[in-house]
Amino acid sequence: MKKISPSDGSLKQSFYHWKAEKYDKALKKASSKKMEHTTISGKKIKELYTPLDLDGFDYMKQLNFPGEYPYTRGIHPTMYRGRLWTMRQFSGFGTAEDTNKRYKYLLSHGQTGLSVAFHLPTLMGIDSDHPLAQGEIGKCGVAIDSLADMEILFNEIPLDKISTSMTINAPAAVLWAMYIAVAEKQGVSPKVISGTIQNDILKEYIAQKTFIFPPEPSMKLIVDTFEYGSKEVPKWNTISISGYHIREAGSTAVQELAFTLRDGIEYVEWALERGLDVEEFVPRLSFFFNAHNDFFEEVAKFRAARKIWAEVMKERFKAKDQRCRWLRFHTQTSGVSLMAQQPYNNVVRVAIQALAAVLGGSQSLHTNSLDETYALPSEEAVTIALRTQQIIAHESGVINCIDPLGGSYFVEKLTDEMERDAKEYIRKIDDMGGMVKAIELGFPQKEIADSAYLYQKAVEKKEKIIVGVNDYEMEHEPIPTLKIDETAAKQHLTRLHDVKKTRNNAQVAEKILDLKKAASDEQNLMPYILSCVKTYATLGEIMDSLREVYGEYQEPVKY
Amino acid sequence: MTGEKIRVLVAKPGLDGHDRGAKVICRSLRDAGYEVIYTGLRRTPDEIVNAAVQEDVDVVGLSILSGAHNVLFPKIMDLLKEKGVDDIAVIAGGIIPDKDIPFLEKIGISKTFLPGSSTQEIADWIKENVRKRQ
Repeated sequence: MKKISPSDGSLKQSFYHWKAEKYDKALKKASSKKMEHTTISGKKIKELYTPLDLDGFDYMKQLNFPGEYPYTRGIHPTMYRGRLWTMRQFSGFGTAEDTNKRYKYLLSHGQTGLSVAFHLPTLMGIDSDHPLAQGEIGKCGVAIDSLADMEILFNEIPLDKISTSMTINAPAAVLWAMYIAVAEKQGVSPKVISGTIQNDILKEYIAQKTFIFPPEPSMKLIVDTFEYGSKEVPKWNTISISGYHIREAGSTAVQELAFTLRDGIEYVEWALERGLDVEEFVPRLSFFFNAHNDFFEEVAKFRAARKIWAEVMKERFKAKDQRCRWLRFHTQTSGVSLMAQQPYNNVVRVAIQALAAVLGGSQSLHTNSLDETYALPSEEAVTIALRTQQIIAHESGVINCIDPLGGSYFVEKLTDEMERDAKEYIRKIDDMGGMVKAIELGFPQKEIADSAYLYQKAVEKKEKIIVGVNDYEMEHEPIPTLKIDETAAKQHLTRLHDVKKTRNNAQVAEKILDLKKAASDEQNLMPYILSCVKTYATLGEIMDSLREVYGEYQEPVKY
Repeated sequence: MTGEKIRVLVAKPGLDGHDRGAKVICRSLRDAGYEVIYTGLRRTPDEIVNAAVQEDVDVVGLSILSGAHNVLFPKIMDLLKEKGVDDIAVIAGGIIPDKDIPFLEKIGISKTFLPGSSTQEIADWIKENVRKRQ
């Protein structure tokens, strides 16, 4: 496509003629309901896109080639011809033994990376014997309290060969330290292990709500991991800046894009404040987006994300190394789009969403299982989800050509508009004084709650159709689901009890005290946390010591 | 006096932070003419029942997505009985498998709304089934 400048008046004339004489007239006669054509985010879409929509479009400036700035078409020159995306199913339930077994199952069936789902007590930084953990042990993920659990979780999984993503935020530094300690026990140096900790606290305040400390100490702890990682664990992604949860909480596609990238900017600014060098830590920042139902809107979102981030790094932060300018991202299909009604239809939704992620150039992908509106996935359901990715990779042919939707009038226009609208939000948050300030004002939280409400109303007015829910309804038989009974909790609690009895408790107390002192002195806490976990100090003990220094965040109750 | 409006406590037991549904329901019930009180996240059974008593509500809506409903809901129902306020109607929603519903009915949960339920359905159910407590 050469530079398109439809100065040729005849194209414009022809278009308006077609629109008035052909399209509008035919539409009047058409029997279909007159409905507003909008994306799932409520964005209006025109009936047809032509070169007229891309006035002034400059291929080299806006797209360029894959692997070339601004990376709209992909961060690598070869994309999936060089290497497929990592198929990484988020997984964890019951005890460490249960989940270790599931990991081995997934790896033996072609999964290429691990992704740990921790149970809620771990996400909240409390031990399984805490009163608030009642009924929660092993339910939403795997129960991990100490290094003893972590050793079992990765038993017989070679950490020098497998990369692992861990969805952990407020206590991320502690779980990362446990992983490093397990690797060392396997004889694997921290220099060679690879993986990701989510470690994104901003989106917790905004959307997912598993926060512990107030924003300031939380940001400090995250910058500690950037600093430690770039020196000691150089192949590790120290953060996965996440739009996923923002979208799940009800945001539009543009809000997901804008808030996520603005979070990214916030982390970079806080790290610069510490005196870190952009060129050293930014290459280890990674991103995580949602793949929702609206196919083209999602593809445009991924493409716009790469372009905006590249520009932010080049212009705003003056980053030279191209690895700083690459927006590398993981994608998960949309959990909220899955329906309890006629659940087998979810397989189709997931396939469409996964395809959008692949056509958007994702580096890794999780596909949801059909039964997840009921429970954590069964082995059968998760296998279908993994097979969905394999079918896209090996049967659909979409990987043959890089960025195959590039050059589509519609997709390019949508990508441009996404970029424009996201930048507008980013400017607004800049004006508020940054994301921490915006969160304190409740700005992103309110924007998201408003969007969620509008969408629900649109569904209830049938302006948006959900198959099997507000149209095409029918009765269906219940499907089999995974049941996690209380025996997992009992087994797990026995181990926690044994660990506390058999470890050197004097040593634990000493290391915890060192950590507390370091926290009060504002030192980098990573080495201290690592020393703690090696004594089998529990997550709850470590986090409690930091709670005493940092305090706890209280969210204002609003709706 | 609190007037004639039916008072609803929307409560989040369990450790999960998924409040999208709870918040949408709060707004919708408010728009439908109910008096709505929201507890905020991660409330213990004690805190929820105390709030129900203090706010003198007619119905409690429990929203949970963590999978701990079979452990936490019975505690809430027991506490309501203990405090002599088991005439408060209790409804629930979230990630709850079909097969758990008979158990929830047995312990006195009047109705469980699964994902995909409309806010209108919930508002209508309250209108038809809940009366102002004396």
